[in-house]
Amino acid sequence: MSDLLLEVKNLKVHFDTENGRVTAVDDVSFSVKQGETVGVVGESGCGKSVTAESILRLLDEKHTNYEGNIFFQEKDILRFRYSELQKLRGNDISMIFQDPMSSLNPVYTVGNQIVEALLLHQNLTKKEAEEKAVDMLRLTGIPLPEKRVNEYPHELSGGMRQRVMIAMALSCKPKLLIADEPTTALDVTIQSQILDLIKDLKDEFNMGTIMITHDLGVVAEVCTKVVVMYLGQVIEEASVESIFSSPLHPYTQGLLKSIPHIEGPRDEKLYVIEGKVPTLNQIPPGCRFAPRCEFATNLCKTEKPQLDSYENDRKVRCWHFKEIQEKGGVMNGIRNESDKVTS
Amino acid sequence: MQNLITTEQLNSIKSEMKKKHRDLLVKRFFSNKLALFGSILMTVIVLLAIISPFFTSFTPYELDPVKRLQPPGAEHFFGTDNYGRDLFSRIVNGARVSLIIGFAVAIITSILGMIIGLYSAYYKKLDGVLMRISDGLMAFPAILLAIAIMASLGPRLENVIIALVIVFTPSVARTVRSAALVVKEQTYVEALKAQGASASRIIWLNIATNVLSPLIVQATFIFADSIIIEAALSFLGAGIPAPDPSWGNLLYDGKTVIFNAWWMTLFPGIAIMLSVFGLNLFGDGLRDLLDPHTNKAKK
Repeated sequence: MSDLLLEVKNLKVHFDTENGRVTAVDDVSFSVKQGETVGVVGESGCGKSVTAESILRLLDEKHTNYEGNIFFQEKDILRFRYSELQKLRGNDISMIFQDPMSSLNPVYTVGNQIVEALLLHQNLTKKEAEEKAVDMLRLTGIPLPEKRVNEYPHELSGGMRQRVMIAMALSCKPKLLIADEPTTALDVTIQSQILDLIKDLKDEFNMGTIMITHDLGVVAEVCTKVVVMYLGQVIEEASVESIFSSPLHPYTQGLLKSIPHIEGPRDEKLYVIEGKVPTLNQIPPGCRFAPRCEFATNLCKTEKPQLDSYENDRKVRCWHFKEIQEKGGVMNGIRNESDKVTS
Repeated sequence: MQNLITTEQLNSIKSEMKKKHRDLLVKRFFSNKLALFGSILMTVIVLLAIISPFFTSFTPYELDPVKRLQPPGAEHFFGTDNYGRDLFSRIVNGARVSLIIGFAVAIITSILGMIIGLYSAYYKKLDGVLMRISDGLMAFPAILLAIAIMASLGPRLENVIIALVIVFTPSVARTVRSAALVVKEQTYVEALKAQGASASRIIWLNIATNVLSPLIVQATFIFADSIIIEAALSFLGAGIPAPDPSWGNLLYDGKTVIFNAWWMTLFPGIAIMLSVFGLNLFGDGLRDLLDPHTNKAKK
């Protein structure tokens, strides 16, 4: 068997709403190998969470239509029966959610909840599961795990709860971990601790990880591969090094450029991508980014670009990425002038 | 790792923490004076209802035409009614009837309301059907519906319970449903799905436990309401059949002689008032205790 763990192929997710059908995820493809961390980046509402949730099929199926395939170890999750899905969830694929404050049931102790997750998928006695729960908590670096297992979620801090969530997600040794903005609700020091923890545990269990985030700092820290999404589409895919050193798509360039720098003058104006994300009801006919793109031509406004391969392991969805590259890209703007001052 | 703790120590830590938690709850309940008063009142009424046969010198059915309509005195504590029956023993026996009805109705409506409320919150299709039925039932005034059901079933203790269950279940189901809808949208329910938990596991082990506190509070109020409605039914002649004492029957008997024998109306009235008062205070106290938001507001 190849080390290809998950392969999302031409995934489309449609929602039936009162205003007709809306396509939240349009033709998304990417893959995750064993031990690899893939970052899925994009603004709010670009479909990254929907993509993650469709991998576990957590969306309300009555109003959701899937197209395409999601292969997990060569089996298509979208064709799974409900019972197979239950076996898959939590056992082979686990998920960590954004808000640790509400991801735990307030009426049970945290130990109880980890035990429940363990008993669902593994043949353990209650006692073994309880011991395992303590072990898992210790693994996530919670001090005094023997005491903490008997505490209720409200007695723990946000960082602690996220550790508990991680312990719960990893308790059945999943092959794939989906982390949906695991650090957004936490403060910066806890953020880096949690990221380190996920990184360490990923190496220990040799899991594939999908890291969904809008924080490029998180991507730089933990990911090996990056998928950039815009309005339901993948617009660029590359290794983390090439994304940061030479982004191809003007949107990716803009994203990178809008990160404030630690060096440089404090009153430096941050780069802003003009305009705002169109709603899913008013998708531009050509390139989806065209209305906000400073390089947009008539071609961009009328014709849809394809996701083209570039330099063997990169993909980009733009008509003009080569020319933009030659011109120096969006990077060529305000930043360079301020860089001159500091350097 | 240096802090490997044995199972024994683990268990002792566990039981210690449980005890601490329990002590805190008890302390908080006792600090609420009104709730304490309510629960003491209820305990007294319940005790009286249970032990009364052992110390009353008259049975509630004993006729004594010579001593009819006697005012309260040494022999007859609360006086006698128009057949010369001892009013005190009739009231404490009536308490038993009222409490049995109230308790049974509270328990059965809680169970039914829980099942209906939880499933209609979780399954959208069921929701439409079940909630329209409960809307229909709630459209009738409670007393009218109860009388109609009693008229078709016939006056018996069991039938009073059935009628009241039908009257109160929709409102309990609504309470449970609205609480469950909030819980259902919490991330931990999604997290449970992502763990592969089955629907029944999510409903009964996770949503149900989170809607328990509003349900318990609602149940105490249903208890009080059933006592009032049972009294009203009996007063109207659609409740407990005549020779058996129930608070409603006693009021009915007293109605015709209210100007000659005030005690026949006053004492059953006080009994109803005190028990409903006690239950409502108790329910309020429970709500303060179980609802974390009101706790925060107080301290």
